[in-house]
Amino acid sequence: MAPTAIELSSIEKRYGAHAALAGVSLAIAPGEFVALVGPSGSGKTTLLKTINGLVTPGAGTVRVMGEDAGAVPVHLLRRRIGYVFQEIGLFPHLTVAENIAITPKLLGWTQERIAARVSNLLRLVDLPAEMGARLPAALSGGQRQRVGVARALAAEPKIMLMDEPFGALDPVTRDQLGTDYRALHDQLSLTTVMVTHDMSEAVLLADRIVVLKAGVIVADGGPTELSRQSQDPDVRALLDAPKRQAQRLAERLGGAA
Amino acid sequence: MSPQLAAAWALLPEYLAWHVMLSASALALGLVISLPLAVAASRSPRLRWPVLAFAGLIQTIPSLALLALFYPLLLAISALSLSLTGHGFSALGFLPSLLALTLYSMLPILRTATTGILGVDRAVREAADGVGMTARQKLFQVELPLAMPVIMAGVRTAAVWTIGAATLSTPVGQTSLGNYIFAGLQTENWVGVLFGCAASAALAMTADQLLGLIETGAARRDRRLMIAGAAGLAVGVVIAILPLASFGKPGSYVVGAKNFSEQYILAELMADRLERAGASVSRKEDLGSAVAYRALAAGELDVYVDYTGTLWTNVLNRQDNPGRQAVLEGLTTELKTRDGVTVLGSLGFENAYAFAMKADRARALGIVSLADLAREAPKLTLGTDIEFLSRPEWKAVDAAYGFHFRAQRSFQPTFMYRALSGGEADVISAFSSDGRIAADRLVVLTDPKGALPPYDAVILVSPRRASDQRLIATLKPLVGSIPVGAMQAANYSVDRDTAKASPAEAARGLAK
Repeated sequence: MAPTAIELSSIEKRYGAHAALAGVSLAIAPGEFVALVGPSGSGKTTLLKTINGLVTPGAGTVRVMGEDAGAVPVHLLRRRIGYVFQEIGLFPHLTVAENIAITPKLLGWTQERIAARVSNLLRLVDLPAEMGARLPAALSGGQRQRVGVARALAAEPKIMLMDEPFGALDPVTRDQLGTDYRALHDQLSLTTVMVTHDMSEAVLLADRIVVLKAGVIVADGGPTELSRQSQDPDVRALLDAPKRQAQRLAERLGGAA
Repeated sequence: MSPQLAAAWALLPEYLAWHVMLSASALALGLVISLPLAVAASRSPRLRWPVLAFAGLIQTIPSLALLALFYPLLLAISALSLSLTGHGFSALGFLPSLLALTLYSMLPILRTATTGILGVDRAVREAADGVGMTARQKLFQVELPLAMPVIMAGVRTAAVWTIGAATLSTPVGQTSLGNYIFAGLQTENWVGVLFGCAASAALAMTADQLLGLIETGAARRDRRLMIAGAAGLAVGVVIAILPLASFGKPGSYVVGAKNFSEQYILAELMADRLERAGASVSRKEDLGSAVAYRALAAGELDVYVDYTGTLWTNVLNRQDNPGRQAVLEGLTTELKTRDGVTVLGSLGFENAYAFAMKADRARALGIVSLADLAREAPKLTLGTDIEFLSRPEWKAVDAAYGFHFRAQRSFQPTFMYRALSGGEADVISAFSSDGRIAADRLVVLTDPKGALPPYDAVILVSPRRASDQRLIATLKPLVGSIPVGAMQAANYSVDRDTAKASPAEAARGLAK
């Protein structure tokens, strides 16, 4: 059996009568960049959160780096997995540097190692070093999410979970951050699972796209593979949207291409 | 400086020290209890409602009543502990005050801490989970620091309330800035009352400002401001309670007094004699009538003056009136066998409950006796002190004469005399040794049916001092030494509006 970074088997999750996840199995290899897409309410965020224990599945098992996630204290599991989400959730009472340093501090790293790591990360996410002393309230939205990414990467995780990470940013910043993150993913040999409702983003960034609908996986494959093979009308509609958009953009921008 | 102001100023170190000690302890204890409770309440909606409702309920109990209720409760617990472990504790003074004020301080802290913690942004909580914090790390590193400004606002409110309510600990025997207010109200020393109010208000404002510094520091995330506020508070508390290092040692004898002028004077008289005999003495004044006897029986007071009629009806629950000598003898034997309390002897005067009217008004209505009063009662308003109408003496006299007054109103004794002279009351429940009877030209109505028991002032000695020869030898000469006229004059010198004497001065006059 090939080694997996993340292995989900028959995951179920119910909220009252509503089945958010109705038996999902998914294996993700180390180094893969997976986009979870689907309409709202399809269960993609719930699925992502079962990986770091923010959601406890009703049935099924989660294995992270071959280890049963249910057998590890959940806070220790989370310190090994980077987590970035749309609202960012920077700690408003801590400086940028303190925000980035939080997980290494919880892990008991030495002061010197933390300081070196923070300045390294600020460079990695392309923020000036002097920004470390600022409070989050003094940053722009894009800068904040760069700090969010740096914080998630601080303890050198091999796995990154991202929930609509760039959803609230303006299109230019969003594109820039997406491209920058993809470069980091490759540079640091990360395994990334990203939830997005934006098919273009999924196609542009991910190696593999997993489409969820009503709590089950309805399509799974690389962008080209998926657009060639899938017969499901909803999946087709999802895949055609960016194509149509790209065509219309090309027409309206008039031969600029 | 006026002599009244100078006297008040001299007492400030001791009163302020106790007030600060009491309110700071209550606030600290309130915080220690409320914060974990608020954390639990913020975690569990099922717990939140009952906790906040309970704290709200406490707040609806008048603070004076809350303080008073702890006395019998603690007395019972102390008795239980004495029988179980052989160790009792004092149910009077610091402990009941501390517990009541602690309860009182809890609501604002509980409320603001609960809402403060619940008010932390959901995304920030999720991030705290996401970076791998345990529940405890999330609480201490994220939730509490972020809720801090809101919590501090609650602590400020609690501090102001606690410092204000601490003045009410005086009647349960705890020295506080309330001593100025209660004693001043009783002896019409308005300088004292104002001084007490101003001192308490200044203390509350100072504490509020220093806590405000911490609050602002927390809101602006300015550590220096927070440290400055906390240091100011700590230094202030330490300086304020420093005098307790010398004042705090309880005197070897504790002399008690209830809450009126005559009691203050007699307490000073006894304390002065004991001090001149070389003993050290501490005073517990402004005690409630029922509190004083129980405190003496429990050994928390060593000596105080009470009145035979009060003891006869309220302690022994007797309704009959077998005559002066029989009452005194009955009390002497019964209190000894029942509680081990020694009746040292009568001081020589009576301070009876009596009905008094303005002399000209009584003459105009043809009222001399209580029987005459009953006849005219439907046209008249009765003014009484606050406890009289619920006392057995009133029930006895009402049963004997059958009064139907047009109206009945209760006053603080000071204001009761004012009401009589102002016409808001036609007849009052006066005290026969009160100097104002002569000064205000009042007549005391006769009691032809003997419904009211005699009220000879007697010195009571606690069980543990029953065979203390120094105490008894020092106080025994007071027995039979104070005629009613002398007591009336001494009382009046304290109660009158101008050229007021302090109880200690009046006591010195009485001793001559």
